[in-house]
Amino acid sequence: MYSLDNFTLSVNEGQIFGLLGPNGAGKTTLISILCGLVVPTSGHFSINNLIYEANANEIKKIIGVVPQEYALYQTLTARENLIYFGSMYGLKGKNLRDKVTEILDLLGLLKYADKKIETFSGGMKRRVNLIAGILHNPKVLFLDEPTVGVDVQSKNSIIEYLKKLNKNGTTIIYTSHHLSEAQDFCTEIAIIDRGIIYAQGTPKDLINSTSNARNLEDVFISLTGKELRDDI
Amino acid sequence: MIYKLFMSIQKELLLLKRDFGGVVILFVMPLILIITVTLIQDSAFKTISDSKIPILLVDYDKGNVSQTVFENLKKSNVFTVVTKIDDKILTEVVAKEAVFKGKFQLAIIIPEKLSVDLQTKIDQNVEKITSSLGLTDSLIKKKKTLILNRKEVKLYFDPAVQMNFKNAVMSSIDKMISQIETHSIYATFQDQLGEGNNSFEQKSFITFKEIVPKINDKEIIPNSAQHNVPAWTLFAIFFIIIPLSINIVKEKSQGTFVRLRTNPVSNIIVLGGKTITYLIICMIQFFMMIAVAIFVFPKIGLPSLNVQGNLFLMSIVALFSGFAAIGFGLLLGTISKTQEQSAPFGATSVIILAAIGGVWVPIFAMSNAMQIIAKSSPMNWGLNAFYDVLLRNATFLDIVPEISLLFLFFIITTTFALLYDKKKRTV
Repeated sequence: MYSLDNFTLSVNEGQIFGLLGPNGAGKTTLISILCGLVVPTSGHFSINNLIYEANANEIKKIIGVVPQEYALYQTLTARENLIYFGSMYGLKGKNLRDKVTEILDLLGLLKYADKKIETFSGGMKRRVNLIAGILHNPKVLFLDEPTVGVDVQSKNSIIEYLKKLNKNGTTIIYTSHHLSEAQDFCTEIAIIDRGIIYAQGTPKDLINSTSNARNLEDVFISLTGKELRDDI
Repeated sequence: MIYKLFMSIQKELLLLKRDFGGVVILFVMPLILIITVTLIQDSAFKTISDSKIPILLVDYDKGNVSQTVFENLKKSNVFTVVTKIDDKILTEVVAKEAVFKGKFQLAIIIPEKLSVDLQTKIDQNVEKITSSLGLTDSLIKKKKTLILNRKEVKLYFDPAVQMNFKNAVMSSIDKMISQIETHSIYATFQDQLGEGNNSFEQKSFITFKEIVPKINDKEIIPNSAQHNVPAWTLFAIFFIIIPLSINIVKEKSQGTFVRLRTNPVSNIIVLGGKTITYLIICMIQFFMMIAVAIFVFPKIGLPSLNVQGNLFLMSIVALFSGFAAIGFGLLLGTISKTQEQSAPFGATSVIILAAIGGVWVPIFAMSNAMQIIAKSSPMNWGLNAFYDVLLRNATFLDIVPEISLLFLFFIITTTFALLYDKKKRTV
């Protein structure tokens, strides 16, 4: 994991912001800091004009996090998991139950709502993982590789739902190794490596500004090189 | 905050409910433990005829000393005296081999001419005393004084026999021999002085009587249940460390801890939910074990646990012991990276805490250095508090120091867990 040094980044409200970079670039460190998972030794950040050090709990109320791993209790049902995680945002009673039912239905999981997570396929777990991060209608949603290891249908369902969320006002900050997905999905992208931002802009601008680049993958290779990044 | 805590407790209870095997182990194993240990401990102290220990007696003496030893051993109700194997009179070689092979636990070898030589030696000593007092007939020709070697009764123990058994046997044989010697000395004096058989009172002049504490003028006579149930209940309560630490390691490995850290909920609420849930389990375990000790023990031939008027204070001790165990479990779960680390470490540390806490060997029987260590074991604080309540007629104020230490242990371990977690999250 590379530490972030002299790193400055701002993301405008309403964007779908892609953080792209090879293994060990510092993406997870950055997202972990912004979500309050790790504490930086120096530096500051603010979300929605709230400085984290002074407003950690307020910030946690307006952000949603969808971690890369299926952060769910395997022996609880999808509904039990979502009720629990929803309650941690202060949601309660009928509102919470209705919200869980509504989103499970939207993501095609309602008929499996009362089945244990351990019986779910990878794609189903990914969708429940996503729902657990958005039950409270976050203003900013952090997604760490939300479509990794899922079938095309689940991936499509997740991306479509995220686009709907964004249209309804949620700012999305997203990391992925699927460059074609990021190219279609993101409104702005930052390519980072070794804790430094190499390029930032819309996918179209990044492609146009790189000679002989036909897509985002060409831009990525041109900026970060072909050297293998085995990350232990 | 209360709502989030309530939901956390509900989630923990749901997780436990879904692990049926785990729940059975949590509640049934302590009961099996307490029944098994009390059965074993109880039988060790019982002197019922069918549990007599067979011992070998090789009699080269054939006199009144060996006869007295034989009769006293028989009367003790603890031993069955074996003098023949395969219808052959025992020899020292045969007895030694049988004991060293573990077929018998003890062999007593009474040397040749022990009775005769003992009497001779006593005669010589008594004669010396009476003549120095001028009580002998000067006309009687003095006997020639024989030089006698010291006699030795040999004891062979099975090497697997524990030291406390050895010590108990050696002490009772020593006492038996002293009594025989005393009796012989008295008899010889009577004979020398020409007195009748009843002139000396040979019964012990000094006796001892155990004074036991009383509640409402009723003596509290501790039985094996009073000793074992608190000790092993405490041991079972501390075993909560293992499932709790595994629960935390699982939360970390499946990513739910990561998610919870991004939620607007403090780590104290998350750990508080676990603390309350596992405290509920500890208390259910405790009441189940007490119920078994009161109602099931008498049905299987064990003495019933008498908790008359003490159940409330015992529950308080169990509650605070639960706090201490949970604090340790939270710390262990936070520090451990895998279940392979937390489970064996948890199990062995509970056994170590029990050993140094006096669950197996009483603290007063430990060395000075070990006694100091023992007094720093939370299991010792809990055990002392239980014994204070159950056997020493203690009040709530009497157990305040011990339960305060148990709670302090919980606070310290939980604070360490929170600080360690915070440190690990700094980049």
